[in-house]
Amino acid sequence: MASFLGVLFDGIAYGSLLFLVSLGLSVTLGLMSFIHLAHGAFAMFGGYLAVWLMTRWGVPFLATLPLAFLVLGIAGAICERAFYRRLYDAPPLDQVLFTLGLTFMAIASATYFWGSGQQPVALPAFLRGQVTVAGVDLGTYRLFLVAFVIVVSALLWYGIERTRFGSQVRAAVDQRAVASALGIRVDRLYTLMFALGTGLAGLGGALGIEVLGLDSSFPLKFMVYFLLVVVVGGAGTIHGAAIAAIVLGIFDIGGKYYFPAVGAFIIYALMVVLLIAFPRGLFGRRA
Amino acid sequence: MRREALFWLLPVAAFFIFPNHLALGAQVLIMALFAVSLDLVLGYSGIVSLGHAAFFGLGAYTAGLLAARAGWTEPISALAIAALAAAALGFLTSFLVVRGQDLTRLMVTLGIGLLLYEAANRAAFITGGVDGLSLPEGTVLGFRFDLRGRTAYLYSLAVLFVFFLAARRLVASPFGLSLRGIREGRSRMPAIGAPVRWRLVAVYSIAAGMAGASGALLAQTTQFVGIDTLAFHRSADLLMILVLGGAGRLYGGIIGAAVFMVAQDQLAGINPVYWQFWIGLLLVLVVLFARGGVLGAIDALRSRFARRPA
Repeated sequence: MASFLGVLFDGIAYGSLLFLVSLGLSVTLGLMSFIHLAHGAFAMFGGYLAVWLMTRWGVPFLATLPLAFLVLGIAGAICERAFYRRLYDAPPLDQVLFTLGLTFMAIASATYFWGSGQQPVALPAFLRGQVTVAGVDLGTYRLFLVAFVIVVSALLWYGIERTRFGSQVRAAVDQRAVASALGIRVDRLYTLMFALGTGLAGLGGALGIEVLGLDSSFPLKFMVYFLLVVVVGGAGTIHGAAIAAIVLGIFDIGGKYYFPAVGAFIIYALMVVLLIAFPRGLFGRRA
Repeated sequence: MRREALFWLLPVAAFFIFPNHLALGAQVLIMALFAVSLDLVLGYSGIVSLGHAAFFGLGAYTAGLLAARAGWTEPISALAIAALAAAALGFLTSFLVVRGQDLTRLMVTLGIGLLLYEAANRAAFITGGVDGLSLPEGTVLGFRFDLRGRTAYLYSLAVLFVFFLAARRLVASPFGLSLRGIREGRSRMPAIGAPVRWRLVAVYSIAAGMAGASGALLAQTTQFVGIDTLAFHRSADLLMILVLGGAGRLYGGIIGAAVFMVAQDQLAGINPVYWQFWIGLLLVLVVLFARGGVLGAIDALRSRFARRPA
């Protein structure tokens, strides 16, 4: 029983990390219908940035997190302005090819600068070790991770649902033409949302070194997981993506723990079945 | 028509001009067949697939297992069986693929490809897992597959030619025309009585069979099947080849395969990591500047010259 709860908890921690990274994709792919396969590359560079800051400049781990968010957010804004904007109305094949090309370039560059090996992460002492809650050993870092993601999601929820910026965002994605006719600067809003998404991916990549691992094959290895969160969760709903990510995390960790011989098979099968059964996602907003 | 005949003289001429590069030549022809099969699905029917390697790999493993485990060493019949097996898988999975929108299709084809990869990886007692599967040395019509690749080249060329003729016939038929209709206006085709779903099921199965045949060719000519026949990279490379050559024109796949494979042979020898960077960059540039690929660029040049008064 204790081990079951432990696996469940690991699954939740893993899922909350997937949620953090996928949230940006849920906006770009789910709401703006832009097939952004390079999303994982932003997460990967967030991770590398954190490692580089820690090992090269001795920046403490927690301080690398906001930096990863900022730098990758700016990188995302630049990519959006320079390239993605002109591909919003392009056929899906163009978007796939373009972002796949970017992903290959990202992988090759990461291999060039950091090699293809796993990157180390030095967590501060108070995040290491385990705490025992009701007889179950829980990793301190994973507890921190879950708490962190809950705080970030609460902020996001407040930002999207309760602020003027949030209502503009919702208006822009629901009725782009009407929103811009009302004087909302939709272009700028899209850039901001894109930056927010890639920033969160960078943050997730930095947070995830300990849990997901970090090497140069990261963008392709986890591409399916991020896509799955979005497609299963439905377009652009925070709670949909959260539930999908956590279910996915639990199934993946549980599957690997209890049925190691089957491995990733469960996830891929689950993905095909869910896609067929719920082509619009479990919590889709779009009819 | 005459231009096409001339085109097919090129691979025959290459056989005599590059006697030391026939192994690479056979690889080009195999990828060309694979690319033509994707062209039917992507170029003519507008289905974006990220998992076409599933059929290639299934064909390769079918031919490999027939030869290595069942002692079925006659390659032409084994190729036909492999093509049928892949077509059967294509038929079964097509029902999942033809429904849904582009994104769903993308994910479903990706998922099916990954499922097969995992299956081959886990079932190492049958497939050899990451170590791969070695085939016994074979003969085709009495000719041994020699080290210089002469038999492999001619055999691949013959198979490519036969399947290409079939594909060419297919896209010129009313059936092929209805596929293009579906690509251009899916919702209007039922109005003129075209059963969209069944047309797509049919073309997807046929293309899967062709992909299986190309996989079987690779297994037979290299006498080896590795798990990379099913890898995501193969599907991605294939998309690249087709787009590079020009999708929706059949010959685009062949030209793309030749350009891509020769470039890979030259550049990957220097450093495989750089190669990945360059194909990424090439993909990006093709999307931004040259959407028609090589053949599209030739067409554009020609129409520019044609418009000029003589």
